Amino acid sequence: MKTRKRRVAALLTLTVAFALVAAACGDDSADTTSAAELTPIKLQLQWVTQAQFAGYFAAVDQGFYADEGLDVTILQGAVDIVPQQVVASGQAEFGLAWVPKALVSNEEGAGLVDIGQVFQRSGTLEVSWADSGITSPSDWEGKKVGTWGFGNEFELTAAIELFDVTVGEIIQQPFDMSLLLNREIDAAEAMTYNEYAQVLEATNPVTGQLYTADDLSVIDFNDIGTAMLQDAVWVNAEWLAQPGNEDIATKFLRASFKGWIFCRDNFDECVQIVLDNGPTLGASHQAWQLNEINKLIWPSPSGIGVMDPLLWAQTVTVATGQGVIQAAPPEGSYRSDLAQEAVASLQAEGLDTTGSGFAPREVTLNPGGE
Amino acid sequence: MAPMTQAVAAVGLRRRRIPDWVWKTIAFCAIFVGLALAWESYKAIGRATGGTIPFTDIGLPVRPDNSSMPHVVDIFGALFRPVSRARDADLLVVLLVKNAVVTWHRAAVGFLMGSLAGFGLGALFARSRLLERGLMPFVVASQTIPLIAIAPMIVIWGGSGAWPSWLVHAFFLDEAGFSVAVISAYLTFFPVTINSLRGLRSPDPTAVELMRSYAASESQILWKLRLPASLPYLFTALKISATASVIGAIIGELPAGLGDGLGRSLLTFSYYYISGPPKLYAAIIISALLGITFVALVALAERIVMRRGYRRRMDDVPLVVQEAVEELAV
Repeated sequence: MKTRKRRVAALLTLTVAFALVAAACGDDSADTTSAAELTPIKLQLQWVTQAQFAGYFAAVDQGFYADEGLDVTILQGAVDIVPQQVVASGQAEFGLAWVPKALVSNEEGAGLVDIGQVFQRSGTLEVSWADSGITSPSDWEGKKVGTWGFGNEFELTAAIELFDVTVGEIIQQPFDMSLLLNREIDAAEAMTYNEYAQVLEATNPVTGQLYTADDLSVIDFNDIGTAMLQDAVWVNAEWLAQPGNEDIATKFLRASFKGWIFCRDNFDECVQIVLDNGPTLGASHQAWQLNEINKLIWPSPSGIGVMDPLLWAQTVTVATGQGVIQAAPPEGSYRSDLAQEAVASLQAEGLDTTGSGFAPREVTLNPGGE
Repeated sequence: MAPMTQAVAAVGLRRRRIPDWVWKTIAFCAIFVGLALAWESYKAIGRATGGTIPFTDIGLPVRPDNSSMPHVVDIFGALFRPVSRARDADLLVVLLVKNAVVTWHRAAVGFLMGSLAGFGLGALFARSRLLERGLMPFVVASQTIPLIAIAPMIVIWGGSGAWPSWLVHAFFLDEAGFSVAVISAYLTFFPVTINSLRGLRSPDPTAVELMRSYAASESQILWKLRLPASLPYLFTALKISATASVIGAIIGELPAGLGDGLGRSLLTFSYYYISGPPKLYAAIIISALLGITFVALVALAERIVMRRGYRRRMDDVPLVVQEAVEELAV
């Protein structure tokens, strides 16, 4: 009569065995071995690993953060993760965010400060087919114009206002270029470093070859004058005010800038670092992306990460004009002294922090970005 | 009469010669080939008519082109090609299986926690009608809240240190991974609660009364009568929960900001969908295989625990009671 007990025991054993096997198979056990003397720091990205964040991954890979006494953990972005909120709630010391989005969070009380304006220009385009004849925002008259929404539409809506055009319809597009590829919309929002490349990685069903830049007509918001500043390093003002944290922030910027300089000067190695961190990514797509990201950073006339006050003013004008934010952000929403200090010390080491002689590469995209 | 008997005998013979699993494999393959053919013929018809339902002007619901519906060959081909042209790039299937193992680790922890919690609740409800009436609405309500809404919340809790670190490390996970396991457990416990409650209540009241009349305690009734009687119900629930735990883990991985796991692969491939549609479908196939594997493992456990004849005896309630009572007497 002990068989039933044995069966129950077998069930329990099996359950435990499941857990143990599962545990043994998993390889993401927490690493508890961080050097005691390093300061643990977290950086929250806006999205998954890609060349858009190459400089930070390079700084980890090349030991630039460790050289500064920092043990930096890079938190990848994902669905529903808002870096501003992560930084505001203190779950990460540093976060990357577009300037207008962070200003919105600040109006909601996030209390963030832009300490490093890494991207000096906007990477947003409005892309059409060359045969559509759309070459300026005035040509959007009566057309179907796509945007992702969720705060990505303001450069577009400001341009529509500036050119006083009546577009046929503003279409909410998914985060890929299928609507443009299927010609369901006349113009689609695209980042130079991502969606634009995705079109060039797609095969033209007519020719059987990849689409080329000649097939496309591009409107660049930097040229239109409605561009808004994008990726910047943000910190919580309260955190920064605590003694010693300005020093940590400066060290973090120094190492991050070094990472970006590394990616400018060691292009192929930097792409490889990105691919090592994101094994599902396409190699040529990431090479293209890094090249485009480099264009957004370099040249930085006042040094990498140092704010261009005119572009800040333009961003604020567009943001208030579009009702993104209620009022101009208070003084102190950005500060350049920490970035300037980091840049000066890097210059003293003989590094080129402005990239005045920067020349982009010619990247060949493979089908599917592979 | 005679020919019929012969026919039955012949069928019986054929059955005996070809084992059951062969038939199952053949059926599985036949259905798979059928689905693949249906997929490809849809594409072929779509191409022939220019994207409309034949003899009408009504557009097909899904565009038959290769970006909306990649060829089956391309999907399986993508599995066995390197994932990118980078140095040392893994084959897609290798990469996906690695990620599937990571996801399964989180799902299995969630499954374990969810099943234990589910059974605990079920046992509690079986014991007390009042608790059942009071708590059941909340249990049901918990399943009507979309997981998408709950997952980010659980991830935020995990990020602010809600999980005791000994517990996290006991399962060889990190904080974010444990959050994923909790999300998975959230989806897992419900079927186990409902079915264990039914299972634990399944013995005939006379059997319970007989146990009582022999002065069996409530816990003796639970372990010797109710639990064995509930096993068939429990295993049905565990099989449902096994798939649910994988789904829960994948959904949990989306907001968790983890660099690995099938959820992350699915997210990346859908983000870059236009540059390689077959990869997303390949990732979906591996996700499905993970779910099937997990259910198969539970089914195996069921077969080991409920050996031949066990089920028949369970239906034979008086025998169960008799055995239990005999055991009590000893």
